Amino acid sequence: MRVSNRRRVEIEINGERYDAEVEPRLLLSDFIRHEAGLTGTHVGCEHGVCGACTVQVDGDPVRSCLMFAVQAEGREVRTVEGMTDGLPEGELHPLQQAFHEKHGLQCGFCTPGFLMSLEALMLDERELSDQDIREALAGNLCRCTGYQNIVESVKLARERLRAGAVAEGA
Amino acid sequence: MKPPAFGYHDPGSLEDALELLAVHGDEGKVLAGGQSLVPLLNFRLAHPEHLIDVNNIGELSGIWRSGGVLRVGALTRQTALERSKLVAENWPLLTEALSYVAHAQIRNRGTVGGSVAHADPAAELPVAFLTLDARFVVRSKRGERVIGASDFFVTHLTTAMEPDELLVAIEVPAVPADAGYAFIEFARRHGDFALGGAAVLLGADGSGTCTSAAIGLLAAAPTPLRASEAERSLVGARLDAEAAESAAGKAVAGIDPTGDIHGSSEYRKGLIEVMVRRAIETAAGRVGGSFGHVAASNGGG
Repeated sequence: MRVSNRRRVEIEINGERYDAEVEPRLLLSDFIRHEAGLTGTHVGCEHGVCGACTVQVDGDPVRSCLMFAVQAEGREVRTVEGMTDGLPEGELHPLQQAFHEKHGLQCGFCTPGFLMSLEALMLDERELSDQDIREALAGNLCRCTGYQNIVESVKLARERLRAGAVAEGA
Repeated sequence: MKPPAFGYHDPGSLEDALELLAVHGDEGKVLAGGQSLVPLLNFRLAHPEHLIDVNNIGELSGIWRSGGVLRVGALTRQTALERSKLVAENWPLLTEALSYVAHAQIRNRGTVGGSVAHADPAAELPVAFLTLDARFVVRSKRGERVIGASDFFVTHLTTAMEPDELLVAIEVPAVPADAGYAFIEFARRHGDFALGGAAVLLGADGSGTCTSAAIGLLAAAPTPLRASEAERSLVGARLDAEAAESAAGKAVAGIDPTGDIHGSSEYRKGLIEVMVRRAIETAAGRVGGSFGHVAASNGGG
């Protein structure tokens, strides 16, 4: 017998609590877009290949199309909308700003997924080669840029953040 | 697409999970990391009546060593195994295999046991565990049993586990600190399913004569495969280019990989032969810990 056991879930997204009664089969990506109304998270292939729906769960980038909303109960979810939290109105996160300046996007459909995947690299204190950066973005597909400008964007953002960190420390 | 409806259960203890499997095992599926199962659901290639989500069972996660044996809880995330210093120092073949497993976003969620239980012959962990002579600990309400890797993989996506059984841990025997190892695969893009690959573990004496060999083949058959004849041919031989080439030829002599748009059967066979040869050469170069990830700190444990 097939059970339609709807459940009440409460999920924290970008520090805000969203609750809804959902079917267990509801994907986290659909909860984020349709229940929480946060449409920055895009849905591409819906089988874990394209990376467009990447969000962070408890700090780790994961595919939101390969998780059910009920599995995110009690976890901290971060989406692209959360990147500008705490910044003055209209200001972009340094990684977003670098994508803007270096033309790291064209149509923009894949961009939120890239940003969610690559944000962790901003904090990585190791020297990263282009190859390291390319490996870090290998799980996200972009059909416009050819990736070169995305690599350039990551490098620019890292340079600025590290220069900023040095200035703050001085 | 969206997944079909299913009954959802998220037991908080192993006992509860085994109870649920005893009741629903026949028409249910275990949901661990979901990185293979959820795409199958989204495509509606799988229609389980019930999903038993084991993600809330804390005791299923962890990486330990006891009596020289590595024990990995089935729910351990692939990222955790990839980052484990204990594993990198003592079972570097696993660390190297994990570097080929999909992408970071997948490994953050995907579990070690999930990959094993899914039993895809093109997946890295099953081949690595088979090459390492791992044992799989499975449990049901009826009790616990331990299945050797050579008996575990039955055919494509099918294991020796019964519907009411849950994989709880993987045990990997100690590998001598001076063993040479290599995991190599070829995929059209990094992180894609491999078209072919090989895992190799070699022992050798001071004169460069092979004393033990294990060779596992990736995507060569409906299950991960050990190349027994090639292994036998290496033992007692000098580990040189000629021996590697001859063993690689023997390793693929009897295989008939499934061809598809990404590569014909013949192409894949040739590719796997090259992967085996290179893996033997790399492993031979690493014998004696000269090229190990961390050679010095093996406690012998």
